[in-house]
Amino acid sequence: MTHGRHHSVEVGALARVEGEGGLRVVVQDGAIRDVALNIYEPPRFFEAFLVGRHCTEVPDITARICGICPVAYQMSSCAAIEEALALPVGPEVQALRRLLYCGEWLQSHALHIYFLHAPDFFGCQDAVQLAGLGESAARAVRRGLALKKTGNRVMEVVGGRAIHPVNVRVGGFYRAPSPRDIAALREPLQQALDASLETVEWVSGFEFPDIERDYIFVALRGPNGQYPLEAGRVASSTGLGLSPAEFADVAVEEHVERSTALHSRLFGRDAYLTGPLARFALNQAALTPLAREAATRAGLTAPCTNPFRSIVVRAVELVVACEEALRLIGSYEPPSPAATPLPPLGGSGPARAGAGATEAPRGVLLHRYEIGPDGLVRKARIVPPTSQNQLAIEADLREVAQANLGSPPEELTRRAEMAVRNHDPCISCAAHFLDVTVEHQP
Amino acid sequence: MTTTAKRPRLAVWKFASCDGCQLSLLDLEDELLALPQAVDISYFLEMTSAVAEGPYDISLVEGSVTTPHDIERAKEVRAASRLVVAIGACATAGGIQSLRNYAEVGDYVSTVYAHPEFIRALATSAPISAYVKVDFELRGCPVDRYQLLELVTATLAGRAPRIPTFSVCQECKAKGNVCLLVASSVPCLGPVTRAGCGALCPSVGRGCFGCFGPAATANTSSLSARLAADGATPEAQLRLLRTFTAGAPEFAQEAAAQEAAAQEAAAQEATTRGGAAHQASASEAAAQEAAGR
Repeated sequence: MTHGRHHSVEVGALARVEGEGGLRVVVQDGAIRDVALNIYEPPRFFEAFLVGRHCTEVPDITARICGICPVAYQMSSCAAIEEALALPVGPEVQALRRLLYCGEWLQSHALHIYFLHAPDFFGCQDAVQLAGLGESAARAVRRGLALKKTGNRVMEVVGGRAIHPVNVRVGGFYRAPSPRDIAALREPLQQALDASLETVEWVSGFEFPDIERDYIFVALRGPNGQYPLEAGRVASSTGLGLSPAEFADVAVEEHVERSTALHSRLFGRDAYLTGPLARFALNQAALTPLAREAATRAGLTAPCTNPFRSIVVRAVELVVACEEALRLIGSYEPPSPAATPLPPLGGSGPARAGAGATEAPRGVLLHRYEIGPDGLVRKARIVPPTSQNQLAIEADLREVAQANLGSPPEELTRRAEMAVRNHDPCISCAAHFLDVTVEHQP
Repeated sequence: MTTTAKRPRLAVWKFASCDGCQLSLLDLEDELLALPQAVDISYFLEMTSAVAEGPYDISLVEGSVTTPHDIERAKEVRAASRLVVAIGACATAGGIQSLRNYAEVGDYVSTVYAHPEFIRALATSAPISAYVKVDFELRGCPVDRYQLLELVTATLAGRAPRIPTFSVCQECKAKGNVCLLVASSVPCLGPVTRAGCGALCPSVGRGCFGCFGPAATANTSSLSARLAADGATPEAQLRLLRTFTAGAPEFAQEAAAQEAAAQEAAAQEATTRGGAAHQASASEAAAQEAAGR
């Protein structure tokens, strides 16, 4: 719309993201004057009401921060609490956690690739419309649904439920799945592996805007040269190598008026990016064999700094999740006991602190707790990937808007929305009610 | 999504929540592509950027009302909808975030945010029905996707949805589980919690924590007496009742009773300890006196 000398383009609310939020681009004299990702997620105060809860309740409670990545919240909670309690966890439990996490990556990445992101590349409003474009598009959408279903099935077998799993506990699991139930996952996962390889091929044929960004990447590096999921040290493209506890000191959060999500800066200074692009940049040597081949065929080289190509990296990570899940079910040993028993709690003494970081589908998820001798939480801090990525998303937005200043308003708006969706923001974790406003000022 | 006049118009709304209940719709992988043939998906931001104005035949509402702005939005949804269905623990009982109802929100804001003055939040997290008339409530944290499908199907067919209101115990028995409460004294809310999940938690050997809210005619005080006899402290019972459906009246009432019991026990302990300390210092003084100082 044009009002006198002011141009303003407005889209009611950004669709196909998890949760709702807003963004704003202000243009003056043909240049970008300001960009802002406005996050109005009604605050839910998890870090406040965790205080006073028993540490064994934390994984169930933090799962409710996000229905799309509850396992990430459970895994980071458990890691942090186990560090605080000095509770050792056996390799069988870790392997089962990794398998559960593979399920979450599969369902979350399949949802994002096929339902939230791919429609953009076809000019479609949603995946149903995309499926109506023709036989090959319909096949693609059905493939996405099948992938998502297999991811959910892994979560149901290992976690007891796909959304907010019930089988996870501090120290391990309530009940180890039977080898027979685990073995039954082989066939669907084998099909999912094929579907994942097809996904890489499909998305690598999309048309990508030619934009390269200069990110500081932050991701975990997995133990034993594995692609990072349920554990690891925090690495960065600037050469950092930190324990989760050290990272908790380095990732400084600030509270700004436009957002109910806190913004993170490394050392309180640098914006950084976490998520698939960062994982790929810092872990290309750890890719599983078929994932590596698929990446090569797709023309991906690390680091990939074009945010629009994140969909290809996400597809490669589908392959990683399938290969890893198949490897893990092949060597499955039910952990016995299913969980390390908690040390006796009680008595007096100082609170014990612990930090845990795992790779949520959207990036590094950091938790830090202080736990009293009675087992009750004294202090909780949760740093979700989307709040860490906010500044990088705003910087992308600036770049994308600048490159599309000459485009018609609809096109500029579409590109701006895509620039946000590239990073699969989970606004339930961090944001709410996204209004896209592009203002042209004289 | 393309609009044709005949199909009922469906809208999906989000308030304070985790997105998990609306994700349950997208988790209907085998049915999802058929859904738009039966209903016109007129507003569902997580799924489609196509946005159609109301009125809507069915509005599914996820999340609880926690801000002044959301009170207004709930009223707008009601005004634009023939049927309003609240889905999930947040929309039907205020959700886990209703724990703020038992604290000072000011304390909560300053625990999480450096600039509390930027935050606008109501003192309570409330179900949708606290502000507008709701035609049906579907429980669960999250809802069961097949119950959700049954609800939409029944509504389209103009019949009442077949959603059980009996307790988790019935599902648990039907699965052939050994009763955790009876056999192992594991605290379990199954006897007072509504069925619908398929007794998931007892099936993995842990007690139910009530995420489908109270069953019909839930006798929470009777269960509390049993848990207490098994050794559960009032504090532990309070935490058990105050989780994902803390705001449901039957649970809230019993939680308040347990809180009072916990406070009474704490006060009693303080008195006893105070008395003991007084006694100790008196006998110490007597001993010193006896030592001739």
